[in-house]
Amino acid sequence: MDFKQLLAATCVAALGAGAQAEGVKVGMITTLSGGGAGLGIDVRDGFLLAVKGNDDIEVVIEDDQRKPDIAVQLADKMIQSEKVDVMTGIIWSNLAMAVVPAATAQGKFYLSPNAGPSALAGKGCHQNYFNVSWQNDAFSEAAGTALSNEAGKVFLMAPNYPAGQDIMAGFKRTYQGEIAAEVYTKLGQTDYAAEIAQMRASDADQIYFFLPGGMGISFMKQYAGSGVDKPVSGPAFSFDQGILGAIGDAAIGAKNTAHWSKDLDVPGNAEFVAAFQEEFGRLPSIYAAQGYDTGLLLASAAAKADVDDADAFRAALKEADFQSVRGKFSFASNHHPLQNIYLREVIKEGDLVTNRIVGTAATDHSDPYGADCNL
Amino acid sequence: MTTLLLIEQVLNGLQAGIMLFLMAAGLTLIFGVMGLINLAHGSLYMIGAFAAAAVAAATGSFLLALFASLVAAAAAGVVIELAVIRRLYDRDHLDQVLATFALILILSEGTRWLFGSFPLYLDVPTILSGPVILPGGIAYPAYRLVIILVGLAVAAGLFLLIGRTRIGIQIRAGEADREMIAALGVNISALYTMVFALGAALAGLAGALVGAIQSVQVGMGEPVLILAFVVIVIGGIGSIKGALVGALLVGLTDTLGGVLLPLALGGLMDASSATSIGSAVASMLIYVLMAVVLIFRPTGLYGTA
Repeated sequence: MDFKQLLAATCVAALGAGAQAEGVKVGMITTLSGGGAGLGIDVRDGFLLAVKGNDDIEVVIEDDQRKPDIAVQLADKMIQSEKVDVMTGIIWSNLAMAVVPAATAQGKFYLSPNAGPSALAGKGCHQNYFNVSWQNDAFSEAAGTALSNEAGKVFLMAPNYPAGQDIMAGFKRTYQGEIAAEVYTKLGQTDYAAEIAQMRASDADQIYFFLPGGMGISFMKQYAGSGVDKPVSGPAFSFDQGILGAIGDAAIGAKNTAHWSKDLDVPGNAEFVAAFQEEFGRLPSIYAAQGYDTGLLLASAAAKADVDDADAFRAALKEADFQSVRGKFSFASNHHPLQNIYLREVIKEGDLVTNRIVGTAATDHSDPYGADCNL
Repeated sequence: MTTLLLIEQVLNGLQAGIMLFLMAAGLTLIFGVMGLINLAHGSLYMIGAFAAAAVAAATGSFLLALFASLVAAAAAGVVIELAVIRRLYDRDHLDQVLATFALILILSEGTRWLFGSFPLYLDVPTILSGPVILPGGIAYPAYRLVIILVGLAVAAGLFLLIGRTRIGIQIRAGEADREMIAALGVNISALYTMVFALGAALAGLAGALVGAIQSVQVGMGEPVLILAFVVIVIGGIGSIKGALVGALLVGLTDTLGGVLLPLALGGLMDASSATSIGSAVASMLIYVLMAVVLIFRPTGLYGTA
């Protein structure tokens, strides 16, 4: 290599480094206060753990208080004055519906670390929208299949908002037995006495419910005190690590479905669990795992392409070239995950109430809405 | 729906109403006597629940936890009254709303700083954890029955306090004409501090009682606060009787509406739209109730103009 070539190479490298140093600016809007704060904090902490020490990624974090109007204001602020390249963080499907279509229409990338409303997976899919968690129906479709073995009449309960409807639709799509009743509650409801009375009076053999965050805590405590002894199950959101401590022994034995568990034996998972515990002093939840994977995905794309070159960056995201703590992970054509979903059971390890995997509920699961998506 | 289920749902509505009453009683006392809109009332509810959870975790005693919730909320009430609220009596309602809203933010973040963002564990005492069988074969959670009884006892105590004691006379006089009772030699600022502490203690007790069957977490007070405001507007601002009647009305409407509306709509349309439309309409019912009451009684059921 002569001097000219060396000089040219150095210049190219310097230019390349210059472009890299621009980095990616990420706007994270998530729920950090109020009733759903535990979920947003786990997503944030998981994400920050994944991008820790990565100088290419700059993160701006704002709290949406689980209010759609505030989320929309924050999104406008992030796009117009903060000039972010990528947005992420939203927990709740109703907030995602308020923010995501507008953000992607303005050319921003959106990586969903949690919400997966069906409206964004089918006709409403977008080339810049990547869902790193699940389509809302996914856990329940898998649960419907897994629980069909012990078929019987099931009592369904969920909050009345997009994710609640999606999750129940997923269950009904695959469940072979009979549905005894279907009840929709208010989002954020804290008293379930009326619903529990209906469960007692119904001829259902088991209860399948979706109540994330504080709603699940309230329901499980009240259910335990009611003397109704029908077995309960649900998607992992109802039995997540963040709320099991507050529910206590009442949850033990409950079956639930998820794409991840702290005892999942795949490369990198044990290290993630240990690093998260080390950094934050608590066990990670599925939300933390999703935040972590979102961070890894973003870092993998940022290392491969410049975010200003939207097509290259999109292709880099699509490759999903990172080691997910869920094991095998790739994107289907509608940019929603193809992944395994496991059946978990709530157990007690010493004083700690947590989940363990008892089987695989679905292999390489994708959502049914992709057929309507023109990507 | 069977009669038994209906009776059980009426009991649930009553119990929801009683819990609301504990919140609304303090709120309406403070508004009625001192003319103060206290948005931070929900934070006092949260303080009661957190104090109870912390003491229950440390000692294992639910009675001590309840006592702690009363003391902690009353103490917080006294501090808040002396430090902030006292300066707001002569200001207009907008200033009061702003200042007490700031208190919500400060108390919520303070609690988060002390206890963290994740819900705390607080469970009902073992002796009350199961159901009891009522006449007619209704299995009803023992703890909820106890809540109904405690609430009724507190209501009776409040009526006696306001109607039959010297302090009650001063409170009623303070409501009617504060300059006059000050002129008669009653220490009005001590009276105000006491009323505020009483209201705070009631909210704290409600927080602890409810915390045992719901989740103890930062921000748990705000949804209840909104309902409590609905209750005192329906009942008439400043009236304890109005708060009781309003709370029971709201509790029953909310519970029975959520159960009966989807059933009633089921006769008109298919099951899934009946459940979704029914539950959507049911969540508006209490506001419809409030609007109807205000049309016929603009000052609320027991309010005076």
